[in-house]
Amino acid sequence: MTIISPAPTLIPTTDEDPFSEAVLADPLPFQHRLREAGEVVLLERYGVYAMGRYDTVRSALLDWQGFESSAGVGITDFRAETPWRPPSLLLEADPPHHNAPRSVLAKILGPRELRTMAPRWQADAETLVDEVLSRGTEFDAVASFAEAFPLRVFPDAVGIPEAGREHLLPYGDHLFNTFGPENFLVEHGAPRIAEHSAWVNEQCARDHISPGGFGDAIWAAADRGDLTVEQAPLVVRSLLSAGVDTTVHAIGAVLHAFATHPDQWARLREEPALARVAFDEAIRLEAPVQTFFRTTTREIELGGVRIPERRKILMFLGSANADPRHWNDPQRFDLSRDPSGHVGFGMGIHQCVGQHVARLEAVSLVTALARRVESIELTAEPVRHLNNTLRAWKTMPMRVRLA
Amino acid sequence: MTVREDAMDRRVVNDDAAGAVIIEATRMVTDRVVHLTLRRADGERLPDWTPGSHIDLVLADGTTRQYSLLGDPRDAYHYEIAVLREPGGRGGSRFVHDVLKAGDAVDVGGPRNNFRLAPSPRYRFIAGGIGITPMLPMLRAAAEMGAEWELLYLGRSLTSMPFADDLRDEHGERVRVHTSENGRLDVAAWIGAFDPGVKVYTCGPVSLIDAVVEATAAWRPGWSRVERFEASDLGDAARTTAFEVEVDGTGRSITVEPGVAVATALREAGFDLLTSCSRGVCGTCETDVVGGDPDHRDAILDDAERAAGNCFFPCVSRSKSDRLVIAL
Repeated sequence: MTIISPAPTLIPTTDEDPFSEAVLADPLPFQHRLREAGEVVLLERYGVYAMGRYDTVRSALLDWQGFESSAGVGITDFRAETPWRPPSLLLEADPPHHNAPRSVLAKILGPRELRTMAPRWQADAETLVDEVLSRGTEFDAVASFAEAFPLRVFPDAVGIPEAGREHLLPYGDHLFNTFGPENFLVEHGAPRIAEHSAWVNEQCARDHISPGGFGDAIWAAADRGDLTVEQAPLVVRSLLSAGVDTTVHAIGAVLHAFATHPDQWARLREEPALARVAFDEAIRLEAPVQTFFRTTTREIELGGVRIPERRKILMFLGSANADPRHWNDPQRFDLSRDPSGHVGFGMGIHQCVGQHVARLEAVSLVTALARRVESIELTAEPVRHLNNTLRAWKTMPMRVRLA
Repeated sequence: MTVREDAMDRRVVNDDAAGAVIIEATRMVTDRVVHLTLRRADGERLPDWTPGSHIDLVLADGTTRQYSLLGDPRDAYHYEIAVLREPGGRGGSRFVHDVLKAGDAVDVGGPRNNFRLAPSPRYRFIAGGIGITPMLPMLRAAAEMGAEWELLYLGRSLTSMPFADDLRDEHGERVRVHTSENGRLDVAAWIGAFDPGVKVYTCGPVSLIDAVVEATAAWRPGWSRVERFEASDLGDAARTTAFEVEVDGTGRSITVEPGVAVATALREAGFDLLTSCSRGVCGTCETDVVGGDPDHRDAILDDAERAAGNCFFPCVSRSKSDRLVIAL
């Protein structure tokens, strides 16, 4: 990358493409150059302003007034182009429209509501661990655990039918690709997206939702008038869009972190209560959701750079979580670190509303594994799954030694 | 329960909660209503809020009073409240009127919202006197969402009704101001019959609330929402002195000094505690309370959950009792 060192009034600029295959496969060197180049760096190719430092990213996430979401949180400006699907009432909305869907979902997915879910998910995690280990001690951790566990518990928790659940992962994968430019990844997913999308939309309807789950609770909110009946299916859609792939890759991240840091696995086995910290530390380190865009609502000056109104900015969450200005030795996965304040779930009014669900899923699984597995190792190089927004593993060949 | 010896990356501290704020300005808007503008002492953002929210204002004697936020949620740096002087009240309004002045520091909790604006194509807002305060941001939000709205604003006399002139100037016919000098108004008639496309929001004195509740008793629940001026006793006063936090099962206690978040004190003592928003919003740091009386400052728990007193959010919440026993 050639970062042109700026005169005081010039903007650091790069012609590098953060959505290229090379950068997506290994974003760390690019993120380092981005942070070093300045608080705000112009991505020449897209006309987008990028932020990679912790303080800048965190401030932008908090400032919903200056950096809006309703023009889309991908590269597409919804005010200039029609989005490929009706915008999300949560992710792609600003107050006051955002308020009611957010408060409804925050309550349904809150830690207090999830308490009733916890014993069942812990039992489900133990069952899955027993099933996998009974087949052998070598497996692909992505297929066996990272994908299998969320797909086992989350769609049931939402209350959607069994048939057709294979649409969930490709739907989410394509959605997160479309936040980036129309590159090879978007092209790859485009041919089948109509089919996945149609299935997902159909499951959001009231008559597809079984009683007692998150989806049912969303429809009950519509009965109470907390949402309109037009909003309810779109709020269910948010669960199915943002609640599957993200958690899969988050669990992949924590498993990879332990496989490559055996001392930390030993530590977790001594102190199982560290599972929560471990999950957030893995989210900090890996940032399964790497980036989100916002749009400036007015001219904003940052680090000596004047960003005009109505421009897309790109926040690198993973880069912020690895910023040595904020974190000591950021590339180390360390259970003695306090990962509080990482921006892997975002921050502010759009902070991941499902973070407690993800944490409960991951902690249930990791705790169940720690009970039975003494050590974890990779048997071959894991393979990355590329996505314009998500940092993910396609395969993670793993061997465990039973306790 | 784990005790961490090496606490790193402690730079995210509890610097985001509203906590101590400064009164930036005071302005009398009627003979008996003072309008206060609050900001953080360090000039940073205040916690976000939505129309219908209130803050808990901690008074000099440590008791708290709740006041609706009436400003613009787009202004991240100021809270605005309006306080009616109530000679017969419990002293909160006298304190605000007679003691507080621009430049003073006060403690606030929240914001919390028990009076959320639910989406609707049309609204009917009803305010009695100082009950106008939560309506002001609601009117703006309704308009921004493209909803139609009307406001019925009731009071004793025009001069006693804060913001009445501004509202009429700005919104014309959509605002109906009625004073008791002009006789009694039939609230039920103004509200009209149930219509699924209309939601009714009411804030004001008990007599007004009762009239609205009666008029809408047969409606679908949730289509008429009211906020009462609660005079309930909120329990022991908040404290401004240090307190002890005992971590159950460890035999260890820490002292939490005024101005230091419980979460920060626990971390500095080497306990593991995961926080995320540091504002009492996200719920990540929820912690069980097994003894003592928590002083809730979060935006999460409802009144019943607060009263239960069996959990709290140590990123913002504190203790009313000398000692709080928690389980980590």
